[in-house]
Amino acid sequence: MKPIQIQAVHVLWIREIKRTWRAKSRVIGTIIMPLFFLIFLGSGFRRARLPGMPDGIDYMSYLIPGVVGMSLLFRSMFGGLQVLWDKEFGFLKEIMVTPVSRLSIVLGRIAGSTTIALAQSFMILFLSILIGFRFTSLPGFILAVIFMILIAFTFIGLGLSFASRMKDMHGFQLIMNFVIFPIFFLSGALYPVQGLPRFLKPLVYLNPLTYGIDGLRQGLVGTSSFPVWLDFAILSFFCLGIVTIGSLLFETSDVGQ
Amino acid sequence: MNIITVRNLVKKFKDFAAVDDITFDVKEGELFGLLGPNGAGKTTTIRMLTTLLSATSGSATVAGFDVSKNKSDVRQNIGIVFQEPALDKQLTARENLDFHARMYGLKKDVRRERLQAVLNLVELTDKQDALVETFSGGMQRRLEIARGLMHAPKVLFLDEPTLGLDAQTRRKIWEYILRLNQTQHTTILLTTHYMEEADILCQRVGIIDRGKIVAIDTPKNLKNIIGADVITLEVESGDGQAFRNLPFVNELVEHGSAISLSLTNGEHQIPPLMEFAQSHGIRIKSVELHKPSLEDVFLRLTGTTIRERNTS
Repeated sequence: MKPIQIQAVHVLWIREIKRTWRAKSRVIGTIIMPLFFLIFLGSGFRRARLPGMPDGIDYMSYLIPGVVGMSLLFRSMFGGLQVLWDKEFGFLKEIMVTPVSRLSIVLGRIAGSTTIALAQSFMILFLSILIGFRFTSLPGFILAVIFMILIAFTFIGLGLSFASRMKDMHGFQLIMNFVIFPIFFLSGALYPVQGLPRFLKPLVYLNPLTYGIDGLRQGLVGTSSFPVWLDFAILSFFCLGIVTIGSLLFETSDVGQ
Repeated sequence: MNIITVRNLVKKFKDFAAVDDITFDVKEGELFGLLGPNGAGKTTTIRMLTTLLSATSGSATVAGFDVSKNKSDVRQNIGIVFQEPALDKQLTARENLDFHARMYGLKKDVRRERLQAVLNLVELTDKQDALVETFSGGMQRRLEIARGLMHAPKVLFLDEPTLGLDAQTRRKIWEYILRLNQTQHTTILLTTHYMEEADILCQRVGIIDRGKIVAIDTPKNLKNIIGADVITLEVESGDGQAFRNLPFVNELVEHGSAISLSLTNGEHQIPPLMEFAQSHGIRIKSVELHKPSLEDVFLRLTGTTIRERNTS
């Protein structure tokens, strides 16, 4: 059997988009949180100078890449966890009984969820422009998109890993609180990581999102804590590892009821 | 020509053997049934034959391919309608069918033609653009049958196809299944705990209980094990076994508080039975007479009826 079935990847991609489009209220729901963070934290901390923040950048501009990263994190994890939805509602059986390779199924999910995560990020960026944000440059924007894609892949892979080992949606809340939120708050999205106490620093450096946000910030605003090539290398490494693990776990998962 | 072969198939979950060494064959074009109560191992067997579950030991081939070594070849040749619904409710009927077709690699013109053909077969053509979440249980089941046929599989597996449906819808679905087998010669393996269903639809039935197959034959031959009529008596007190002594009683099975007797010309034997009971101090609560059914066969072979097994 050929390793990848393009037609299958394509229809799985389209399915994700159709389903999301038809659940518009849920889409609005997931974009609201980053937006509120942006508007309220951004205006509340307007005059803030935090240790580690580069000169010449106001908090709002500092925050915007963080909010984009936040939306990508949540959307991508949710996209990877969608497998659980299919498991619980029985559709996963239908997918797994077809002669489509497991790799194709994973690729279809990644394609679909990345598309949605990127679309959501662009919406946030568009709304930021409305409140005064300006991109530094076109190459910067392209760099940012590359990082957006890497972040999306990584966290879809992480969501997929969890979903492959869970039976139903019951553990979802636990994951939200013990995985997603810590990853978000320890990534430099809202404030420079330099200010964090020493015992938390290892978690920050082990967090793929840290490098993702840093790269985003370089692309959108022009500053970053680490050299961009380092961010790219480390994030790519995490991305490859997590997506591979996710695919392997998915391959050996059961199909549920 | 056998299109499904099963040899000493076993599935254990920890120490519990859900499927305990079963062996059987299904001929090409046959409508075969596995009849047994809940928990007998029917769904587990189907999951193994459709590559969704790996066996603990034993082997099976479907359409000539080994279910553990050639999974994707098996998958290309089978269709399955699961016991629990497996439709995407956020998509329309047509989108569900189209999704399935693309996952099986069908080309555009084949897709279009098959789609209308299967929708016609299950009479859902005018509902094709409605979201599946608006469908009733019966309509969803019909759609799943249609979907299982989209890629014209050699073998169609149906796991409890009419479970939870009303009598009218059940009959409609039986019609579709029979028509399918008769016109397209699709091999069909179905599982059920409804003896009527197995009796009406299946050319051969395998009776399965507690992971083991206790008999395989045509419904007619299986019922001949019982012979003629069956009278079931509810005994309140006294020794029901005494009925064995009556010359016209062929067989006697005691189950729970009831006794089932097989004999000929049941209607004429009721009065002598009642007289015998009275003279031997046996108090009868109720009497019931019927022609033998597969439920009686199950009772004879396992000592309980399917209904009793389901509620125990």
